[in-house]
Amino acid sequence: MNAIRAKLTLYWPESPLQALQQGLKRALLPLIGLLMFLFVWHVGAQNINTSLGQFPGPVQVVEQARNLIAEHQRERTKEVAFYERQEKRNANKLAADPHAEVKIRPYTGKPTFFDQIGTSLVTVLAGFVMASLIAIPLGILVGLNGDLYAAANPLIQLFKPVSPLAWLPLVTMLVSALYVSDDPLFAKSFITSLVTVSLCCLWPTLINTAVGVSGISKDLQNVSQVLRLPWLTHVVKIVLPASVPMVFTGLRLSLGIAWMVLIAAEMLAQNPGLGKFVWDEFQNGSSNSLGRIMVAVLVIGLIGFLLDRIMLLLQRTLSWDKSATLR
Amino acid sequence: MMKAHLELSGVDIEFPTPKGPFKALQNVNLKIDQGEFVSLIGHSGCGKSTVLNIVAGLYQATRGGCLLDGREVTQPGPERAVVFQNHSLLPWLSAYENVELAVKQVFKGRKSKAEMKAWIEHNLELVHMSHALHKRPDEISGGMKQRVGIARALAMQPKVLLMDEPFGALDALTRAHLQDSLMEIQARLNNTVIMITHDVDEAVLLSDRIVMMTNGPAATVGEILHVDLPRPRDRIALADDAKYNRYRQAVLSFLYEKQRKVEDFQQHREKQSTAAAESEESAPAAKRASG
Ligand SMILES: Nc1ncnc2c1ncn2[C@@H]1O[C@H](COP(=O)(O)OP(=O)(O)OP(=O)(O)O)[C@@H](O)[C@H]1O
Ligand SMILES: [Mg+2]
Repeated sequence: MNAIRAKLTLYWPESPLQALQQGLKRALLPLIGLLMFLFVWHVGAQNINTSLGQFPGPVQVVEQARNLIAEHQRERTKEVAFYERQEKRNANKLAADPHAEVKIRPYTGKPTFFDQIGTSLVTVLAGFVMASLIAIPLGILVGLNGDLYAAANPLIQLFKPVSPLAWLPLVTMLVSALYVSDDPLFAKSFITSLVTVSLCCLWPTLINTAVGVSGISKDLQNVSQVLRLPWLTHVVKIVLPASVPMVFTGLRLSLGIAWMVLIAAEMLAQNPGLGKFVWDEFQNGSSNSLGRIMVAVLVIGLIGFLLDRIMLLLQRTLSWDKSATLR
Repeated sequence: MMKAHLELSGVDIEFPTPKGPFKALQNVNLKIDQGEFVSLIGHSGCGKSTVLNIVAGLYQATRGGCLLDGREVTQPGPERAVVFQNHSLLPWLSAYENVELAVKQVFKGRKSKAEMKAWIEHNLELVHMSHALHKRPDEISGGMKQRVGIARALAMQPKVLLMDEPFGALDALTRAHLQDSLMEIQARLNNTVIMITHDVDEAVLLSDRIVMMTNGPAATVGEILHVDLPRPRDRIALADDAKYNRYRQAVLSFLYEKQRKVEDFQQHREKQSTAAAESEESAPAAKRASG
């Protein structure tokens, strides 16, 4: 980044006025783009009528966002009240009879929009972590061994393009069949979403790790050979750091895919999360539904963007290769 | 007769290529004594790096082999440290850590932590890199990287130091500086060194013997020139030295008259055998297959 800027100033020597213009331009252009989009959206929405009423414009969407926040707050006060009541009841019981059995029941209200966001985030991160835990070691093994690479490559190519929607029924049945326990730690729906997300997002990390590992320069391998580094030291000291930039490229792609896949999976499987929120609103079909769905769309986009930025920050702090272009 | 410290005998190597095997070296013979500084010189692509890689153990000879102190070389190892053509430092480690990786591996269990630290710093000091111990390769200049590469190799306390065009990518000033450092270090430590170079002056200035290789394919040792100049050598004083200039002349004439790059193979062999007979300073190291 700095190098580029240095070059730019070389070609366009900046006067203070020019610098000001440049700064304004950099701040203004995205704003203009945003305003244009809002305008087109606003005008366009007024002219589209659906069976659920007029298509929501920016104004309705802001209104629905407010509603969703208010609903969430209402639900939270209810919850707090519920626990207060329960506590009071239990305290009274104990005061009357110190040996009384008190039960603490969890609050079972309807999950709000923000609860669904939380569920989705937890699911996507769990699925992504699981996929990474599988894909990175596997990628290293496959990258280190040419024969293994040749054996695994057709499988990778075959499964990589499979849509989550195709996996979902199989995964659902498998989870039902295999994940049986009287006191399950996790809900089945959570496991199903997690496995589907993992299956779909593991490929970019796997492929990029393998490519990074197998692409280690001959020179570095020679250094390792001359030093007679033991296998593990070789992997830890040479292979891993050398492939870190590629691994991160893979991880970022994977996280993006994981987020997209999750929404689709939740929608199709009726598993809790943002996808279910969208589907429920669609089924609900009130005049506000489309506006609320639009809020969800924007939030999904925003979260996807933030997740990518977080990965980028992580890459910046963890990778030795600071010159890697960060897009 | 004393056994040679390092000996290449009857080395052939063939590389498998899509168009069938490619014979890069044929019948390479060379004996090197402990403490000797030997340069390999020859046209690009003749097989210098291949010879070095065989000594390093990175390549396996198809026929013949390499003995170090009577033991056959079968795999790479730290007693034959390599200074690679393009430094080959690990880009994510600082100068200190690059040397440390080698020192930890070689002296594991033999040196204490403090001794290792002192030893690493000592070796970086030898190449005048003490001021940039904790800089990463991308933060230092090409000449400095090359110096760290040399320090890493020296720190392994190798029996033989193998250098593949260590100063090839450097400007003339830096190169002269590093050549002087290398001479100084070698005089102090008495390492056995094999160095590949393209630079005739460098070869004559640094070497005890210059091994001149014929053109490939099937390259071999053409002539060996003993450089009998007193040490320490001073590049400025030598510039006017008649002996020095005769050595230079001999290498140049080998490279540009006897081993002109493009020539008919038959003609090339005839020329070579007559040339070898005529030259008074050179001694053909080995009988060529047909020679
Ligand atoms: N791994 C390999 N596979 C196939 N051919 C090879 C291999 N390594 C070297 N060669 C061939 O062997 C010959 C000698 O190569 P080498 O790298 O030893 O040359 P060199 O003398 O070091 O050249 P330069 O001075 O340009 O570095 C070349 O023709 C090259 O193409
Ligand atoms: Mg070479």
